[in-house]
Amino acid sequence: MIDALTIALVIVSVAAGALCVVLGLAGRRPSDLSLGAAALVELLLIVQIVVSIAAPAFGNTPTGSGLEFWVYLVTAALLVPLAVLWSLLERGNRWSTVVIGVACLAIAVMVYRMYQIWFVQVA
Amino acid sequence: MSTSVSNRSRGLGRVLVIVYALLAIAATGRSVFQLIDDFEKAPIAYSLSALAAVIYLVATVALVAPGSIWYRVAVITISFELIGVLVVGTLSIFDPVLFPAKTVWSFYGRGYAFVPLVLPILGLIWLRLQRPATSETHGAVDAAV
Repeated sequence: MIDALTIALVIVSVAAGALCVVLGLAGRRPSDLSLGAAALVELLLIVQIVVSIAAPAFGNTPTGSGLEFWVYLVTAALLVPLAVLWSLLERGNRWSTVVIGVACLAIAVMVYRMYQIWFVQVA
Repeated sequence: MSTSVSNRSRGLGRVLVIVYALLAIAATGRSVFQLIDDFEKAPIAYSLSALAAVIYLVATVALVAPGSIWYRVAVITISFELIGVLVVGTLSIFDPVLFPAKTVWSFYGRGYAFVPLVLPILGLIWLRLQRPATSETHGAVDAAV
């Protein structure tokens, strides 16, 4: 796990989440902008998966539970497509945009937890 | 799709459903790890985590599924969540020995940004706005609330 990538992922998901929630509350339906922001989060998550598979080969291993780390990562990567699907099933309205935003914010929290599992052991 | 999901999961309800789904995933994930890791360390807290996870899963399904029976299931599970977070939240403050490990309801859901405390209140308000129109279900729902 590369900490710069992980921090970037947290920042991008918070920004994308806030953007979508604000756009949605302002009455915007899902657009290239909001869906693009979500797609960027998903892209970074896929990069994170590749990096996390490769990292142990270079001696970079998680300090905490690897299983817990992977459950977070895989769930996070599934969230974007599921949230987009769930929101667009109902011919996109303003709340569809908010749904995508909420998912991105949840991903930010999950990536933060992943960061802790990999690098920081409190207990 | 229009006939296979409930009015409860339209519009603002869609946001409610995804927040419930996220909480269900979070509670289930935590619970599974606690059960695998060391159940003996805190059986009460860990059993509660598992119970909370099941309740959130059922509530998520009940919000999406149509019909007045599912509506009642949603009211019951969401009311149970509110009671759970209040009781466990209070107990975890006054009797920390009983809850050495974290659950989704400890300290009124502080570990989850108090979402578990706020969500059932919003959920019950939303259900009240969406309640089925027939007078018969009205009475039943009022009794359930």
